[in-house]
Amino acid sequence: MARRYVIAGSVVVIAVLAGVMVGPAGPVWWRVPLELLDRLPLITIGSGVSDAEWNILWEIRMPRVVLGGLVGAMLSAAGASYQGVFRNPLVDPYLLGAAAGAGLGATLVLTVGRGVTRSWPVDPVPTVAFVVALLTVLVTYTVGAAFGGSTRTGITLVLAGVAVTSMVTAVQTFLLQRNVDVVREVYTWILGRLGTASWGDVRLVLPYVVGAGIVLMLHRRHLDLLRVGDDEARSLGAPVARIRLVIVIAATLGTAAVVAVSGLIGFVGIVVPHFVRLTTGSSYRTVIPLSVAFGAAFLILADIPGRVLTDPAETPIGVVTALLGAPFFLYVLRTRQVAQ
Amino acid sequence: MSSLEFRGVDVWYGSTRAVAGFDGVVASGEWLGLIGPNGAGKSSLLRAAVGLVASSGDVLVDGVAVAQRSHRQRAGLIAYVPQNPLLPDDMTGREYVLLGRSPYVSYFGSPTRSDRNVVDDVLDQLDLHGFEQRRLGSLSGGERQRLVIARALAQDAPILLLDEPTSALDIGHQQQAMELVAGLRRERSLTVVSAMHDLTLTGIYSDRLALMYEGHLVADGAPADVLRPETLAEFYGVRVTVQHEPDGTVVVIPRREDIQV
Repeated sequence: MARRYVIAGSVVVIAVLAGVMVGPAGPVWWRVPLELLDRLPLITIGSGVSDAEWNILWEIRMPRVVLGGLVGAMLSAAGASYQGVFRNPLVDPYLLGAAAGAGLGATLVLTVGRGVTRSWPVDPVPTVAFVVALLTVLVTYTVGAAFGGSTRTGITLVLAGVAVTSMVTAVQTFLLQRNVDVVREVYTWILGRLGTASWGDVRLVLPYVVGAGIVLMLHRRHLDLLRVGDDEARSLGAPVARIRLVIVIAATLGTAAVVAVSGLIGFVGIVVPHFVRLTTGSSYRTVIPLSVAFGAAFLILADIPGRVLTDPAETPIGVVTALLGAPFFLYVLRTRQVAQ
Repeated sequence: MSSLEFRGVDVWYGSTRAVAGFDGVVASGEWLGLIGPNGAGKSSLLRAAVGLVASSGDVLVDGVAVAQRSHRQRAGLIAYVPQNPLLPDDMTGREYVLLGRSPYVSYFGSPTRSDRNVVDDVLDQLDLHGFEQRRLGSLSGGERQRLVIARALAQDAPILLLDEPTSALDIGHQQQAMELVAGLRRERSLTVVSAMHDLTLTGIYSDRLALMYEGHLVADGAPADVLRPETLAEFYGVRVTVQHEPDGTVVVIPRREDIQV
């Protein structure tokens, strides 16, 4: 039991180290760990890293690694929770329209709002993306609850998500088609990026990720209870509708927040939880915390090849996660099938 | 030891009245067999007792309406085994039985040592220790049914509701499951209500039978009094012979239409 967490922790540490050591500019890679040690209190090591190089580490790589970790952890935990709440292994954190809404929000700012917001000191894209993402999920939930009669089964909600998502995407496509000049900009945003990450972005998402993470961690037992079906969970005294609502709200808030700053990084929320289930077991007691750890490590690592492969123009991280993650996941799937 | 009472229980699905003013008392430690053709309202009545369907009227445990209690308190009084329990393939037997302790775990709490001890006792009693780490997906129908009953027992409720507990089992496992419930009922003084289609099997194990038809209670009494050819013909539309064994067992035998008795 404890061994899993030690392994997961080690993987995160390795990913973080790799994330700060590799990049097109900055100090030689092996000097980075020495410099990090040197920065710790009571330890003095001559690492040979200049102040300018330290600035690259601290202002560019570090926030990028931290943001990548937060985004990966959040999407994985939200994906695992959505899968539990809807008892559907194919569900991802974008199910109820968070991604489509964020995409529409970004598109709105970059097209309709462009003339107004160009001169603003603060980039309004994350905020608008966040708000439209939440509004979209709210519409899905309201429609799903109204048409479903009750939220007892998640099926109506899932279908409402499909409908609302395609409507929102249609509006976005229409806007884009009317503003072909910003297609590239919007497209880059949609494919996801951590390259422009700053500590400001980290501060922006941190409260949501931490808040949502705590709520999801506290509901692990309920997620296990929901696995036996709504009826039995209710006969065991669980307030099923309320549990489902609380988990959906937490997962959606966290997802909307990270999507607003990082764009739509796909694949993480569906594959990491399944990787955890395949390798360590299906109880949410372990699936949630391990998804947090492996999701963070996965996204930090997936962000590395993009920086070096096509320097100076980066490969979008959404491309890397799918391109590297999919074969790896298929490999795990195959070895597990053989083992069983 | 707890009694279960229904007072004017009504269940509506849209404009369909599934249970119509059901009245009845199940005495403490008694086994009531609910019988009746498909759609008679047996399952709906059981589901109303655990609050899974909206109902009017009252369900009382030891004279107190369960509607006045919290969901968790109710779960501590009435355990329910549905007709088709959902057993996640990749959950282990122990994890599954431990879910039965949910009514005793606070919202943000986790199962305590005493909860684990209860689970150990139940696994001992049902001789299920071999299944603790087995995945539910790898179990046979009979093994699954025993685990579901184990989960209900871990709930430690004095009243046990069983919806078609034997429908998925062969005759050997049907007998095993019923013997298991009968034995547990004796040891733990459980009050049992079961909804079943197999009239002979129900008659053997129940103290009393309640025959439901279109939501109404139409016959109530000892198995020998309820399982009569004319009663069954009226409500099931069947031709049967009823045979009384010397030990009191009532055997219901269906008859072919083209063979004269």
